[in-house]
Amino acid sequence: MRIAIPVDEKNIDSNVCMSFGRAPYYLIFDTDTDESEFVVNTAATSAGGAGIRAAQIVADQKVDVLLTPRCGQNAAEVIQAANIKLYKTSGTSIKDNIDAMKAGTLSPLDEIHAGLHGH
Amino acid sequence: MKIAVLSGKGGTGKTLVSVNLAAAADKSLYLDCDVEEPNGHLFFKPEDVEIEEVSVVIPEVNQDLCTGCRKCVDFCRFNALAYVNDQLIVFEEICHSCGGCFMVCPENALIKKDKVIGRIERGQSGSVEVHTGILNTGEVSGIPIVAKLLTGYKDDPDVPVFIDCPPGTACIVMETVASADYCILVAEPTIFGSHNLKMVHELVTLMGKPVGVVLNKVQEGDDPSEEYCLQNDVKILGKIPYDKRLGLLNSNADIAVRVDTHYKTVFSQLLSTARKEATR
Repeated sequence: MRIAIPVDEKNIDSNVCMSFGRAPYYLIFDTDTDESEFVVNTAATSAGGAGIRAAQIVADQKVDVLLTPRCGQNAAEVIQAANIKLYKTSGTSIKDNIDAMKAGTLSPLDEIHAGLHGH
Repeated sequence: MKIAVLSGKGGTGKTLVSVNLAAAADKSLYLDCDVEEPNGHLFFKPEDVEIEEVSVVIPEVNQDLCTGCRKCVDFCRFNALAYVNDQLIVFEEICHSCGGCFMVCPENALIKKDKVIGRIERGQSGSVEVHTGILNTGEVSGIPIVAKLLTGYKDDPDVPVFIDCPPGTACIVMETVASADYCILVAEPTIFGSHNLKMVHELVTLMGKPVGVVLNKVQEGDDPSEEYCLQNDVKILGKIPYDKRLGLLNSNADIAVRVDTHYKTVFSQLLSTARKEATR
């Protein structure tokens, strides 16, 4: 299983980023090999539509699940069209969230916000 | 003659001034280009209103022709397109109708689709022809409606046109002012008001437009907007007092020029001064 998580730094000991679309990096973690890779979010500085472009970047990584504290409507539409399952992170530790995903204790993210456009 | 009435911020009295100037003229055309919140029609209550819808072109995907090359996705500066799971997705509300995706698609897989973003209502109120631009809630830009308002009438040199502009100094204001012969800036007597007056004055000066100022809500004491005009040699066309009577007329959606002889004189004089300045 390939997991994507928005993160603050290129470091597995850093934190889960509070924003999905504007996160600087995504951690791509493969639970079969325990290998991690960091992908730069080139959408982070977009004037608009960052969530859509960010979801495109994550979808292109062929991940199975996305763990995120929150997700906007447009990004969620792309994620769902790519058949990626959305889970809500618990706490800010990246490692704890990967462990929780492996243990099956994370809840699906069902609160999709309408977007923070223009804010 | 096209006279644009504008201000750096909302609530200074653009609609008050433009509606009353239009009503003070023998015959005139009033264009409400404040498409996000057009209020002029509340005063004019135009009759025999005809409605024209305004559309923009957005892409629709022919999935059979789309090969997934993603040229459109990479091109779109607004990120209105995504390609996942062998499907191109269009986010209509993000699209700014620039048309670039149609140009870069090598497969002609994008179909031009009209999307209604608002409407123009055209009617008559006494001697004033009233055109109102209305942008639907949630749309990204009212510029296509303004463009249609500014070209959608018969130009008659004997009929002055009064353009009620959107507030501020954004792109839509530039679009609205671009074809104007003269600009009237309405300013409040506050520090905030003078700051916004400066912004809009700089904009119209940059656009090479002749300009004059109407000082609104004038009271005794310091008027930072008046000071700005004096310091920068900006013509003051007239002053409107901070008057409860005028406020009441306005909040009852009455046109002061039509119901109050004093204000008929005030705005007729203002109109005469503005026309003289504009033809200088």
